[in-house]
Amino acid sequence: MLTFLNHLISGISLGSVYAIIALGYTMVYGIAKMLNFAHGDVIMVGAYVCFFMVSSFGLHPIIGILLAMVVCTLLGIVIERLAYKPLRQAPSLAVLITAIGMSYFLQNAAQLLWTSNYKMFPAFFTFGGKNGVSFFDGRLNLSWTTIVTILACLVIMVVLTLFTDKTKLGKAMRACSEDKGAAQLMGINVNTTISVTFAIGSALAAVAGVLLCSAYPTLMPTTGSMPGIKAFTAAVFGGIGSIPGALLGGILLGIIEIFAKAYISTQVSDAIVFAVLIIVLLVKPTGLLGKQIREKV
Amino acid sequence: MKKAFALLLAVATLLCCLAGCASDPATDTPATSDTPDTPATSDTNDTPATSDTNGSNNTFVIGGTGPLTGGAAIYGNAAMHGAEIAVEEINALGGIQFKLMYEDDAHDAEKAVNAYNTLKDNGMQIFLGSVTSAPGVATSAEAYADRYFYLTPSASSTDVLGGVANPLTGTVDIARKDNIFQMCFMDPNQGDASAQYIKDNNLGTKIAVIYKNDDVYSTGLYNSFKNKADALGLEIVSTTTFTTDSQTDFSVQINDAKDNGADLVFLPMYYDAASLILTQANAIGYAPKFFGVDGMDGILTVEGFDTSLAEGVMLLTPFNADSTDPAAQSFVQKYQERYGDIPNQFAADNYDCIYAIYEALTKAGATADMDHATLCDLLIQQFTSPDFTFSGLTGENMTWNTDGFVSKSPKGMVIQNGAYVGMD
Repeated sequence: MLTFLNHLISGISLGSVYAIIALGYTMVYGIAKMLNFAHGDVIMVGAYVCFFMVSSFGLHPIIGILLAMVVCTLLGIVIERLAYKPLRQAPSLAVLITAIGMSYFLQNAAQLLWTSNYKMFPAFFTFGGKNGVSFFDGRLNLSWTTIVTILACLVIMVVLTLFTDKTKLGKAMRACSEDKGAAQLMGINVNTTISVTFAIGSALAAVAGVLLCSAYPTLMPTTGSMPGIKAFTAAVFGGIGSIPGALLGGILLGIIEIFAKAYISTQVSDAIVFAVLIIVLLVKPTGLLGKQIREKV
Repeated sequence: MKKAFALLLAVATLLCCLAGCASDPATDTPATSDTPDTPATSDTNDTPATSDTNGSNNTFVIGGTGPLTGGAAIYGNAAMHGAEIAVEEINALGGIQFKLMYEDDAHDAEKAVNAYNTLKDNGMQIFLGSVTSAPGVATSAEAYADRYFYLTPSASSTDVLGGVANPLTGTVDIARKDNIFQMCFMDPNQGDASAQYIKDNNLGTKIAVIYKNDDVYSTGLYNSFKNKADALGLEIVSTTTFTTDSQTDFSVQINDAKDNGADLVFLPMYYDAASLILTQANAIGYAPKFFGVDGMDGILTVEGFDTSLAEGVMLLTPFNADSTDPAAQSFVQKYQERYGDIPNQFAADNYDCIYAIYEALTKAGATADMDHATLCDLLIQQFTSPDFTFSGLTGENMTWNTDGFVSKSPKGMVIQNGAYVGMD
């Protein structure tokens, strides 16, 4: 029973990291209707910025995270302006390829700037010299990083939902997502709205990067790519474009991955995860919480 | 506009494909003219490179490939630096002179073959092979076809040598390449030696193994460790795996070892994954003995790594930087002065490679105007001759036979206060 709980906790903590990355993916997809494959690499940049602020300049972790968010937001805006905006009228496949190119560009730039040697990300979330709470004489452990990640996920989900539902800018975003042409006719500046979406998505990426590396501390230029792909899977699983769906998809994906490893086989866990994804999409093509949008003729 | 862009993309894709193909003819031609007894004459630059080395006729050109950039750069650079020191010492003696060339392969088989072709074009006569296993498998096949003598410092996979039966199926998948030799332990020998060492020193009774099942190095070590452990009556209570894609969360693997009461965890892997396992085991308060292999070397130099986590980790490695042996001390001192680092065993292995080649060339009476195929035959003769023994930093009285692997005995090391200390 305890073993089961331990696996469940590991699953939730891995899932919460996927979820926080998936929130960024789903946010950008939901509004700009494009898959930003460079998202995972913006995460990596955020983690590096925070790492250097904290270990080289000795700043407080909170300041490190805030600076990482600032840098990533700027980076997100620059990427959007240079690589995606000129392709706004191009077919979506062109933008997708550009995003993949941007992903490789960021990885290789990071390798030149910071070399490919591993860096160990410092442990931020320790309280009273402990890195977690344990129950039953240490047989059940819950780390602070997991708790912080889940809380951050919930807070971000609530804030994003409120933002898109209540604020004027949020409403403009939803309008763009439904129909760009009609939104423009209504006097909404579509280009600015999409740029703002990228800025928000990139700021979220910085937070995700710090939390990802706090949980799994090897930092290298390819750190973001695999979690990025898994988080993309989680976003599709939960229904891409849906903010609560990203959270649900992320957590479920983490739990399935850990249970597959623990109870079936460590050798085929990834195969099982993706098999589950295929089955879900066959039964419910829009994902768990995705909405079916009917087009009226 | 759309059409123009689509066309541009199509052209770009086509160019990418062509760029991918471009390396193929170069890699394929030597293999098709598979006549090991005649030197490859197609290449005009293939003549000995004495011409471009200030006219002296006793300079041998030695080449090697290794990951000088990328995730495994720590090994490639260490190996290159070790060889540089040996070459400098030998050149200072007068007599036989060496010119060393290193090319980057970024731990990638295809890049390694390109690097090898560059070395050939630059007049290489003797090849130090590749530093890591996956590129080593590729370059050894090329060097076998082209007849370049190949002594690798650290590409330890059996597929580099060829002719070794797969322990699971019992069949020989790659035929023996007679000009390929290793300075490091071959993977199975290292797995065997680890099990033997654990048994002899009573380090653990219940053993857990975590290995990377998409990596030739890690699975090779695991298979031989398991065979030997079974033969010795060591009990393996937990066996779990991971892959490159799932190399983040190890909670299941660690919990499995913990729940099965393992008191020793064997980690046949490189230090990147090992450092995560040590961190995560510490987080849940699990402190068995950890036993690593030569890929663990380097863990202490990871930026930001809390070395107290590696306290008490044991590994088998042929070289001990704390050794009191004067030759080793002098090497460590020179290395530190030049590169500001403590050399690891990759540096020591490659240092030994250069000296072994030097001794063999001297014994064979080779001269630098010989072409690479002649040198290859001479060196094979020396290395497989029963009177050729070599003593270096990584072992005393090493010998080789026609199988290509070295016989020497490993040293047990343990990490104490953030440094490697010999266990014996």
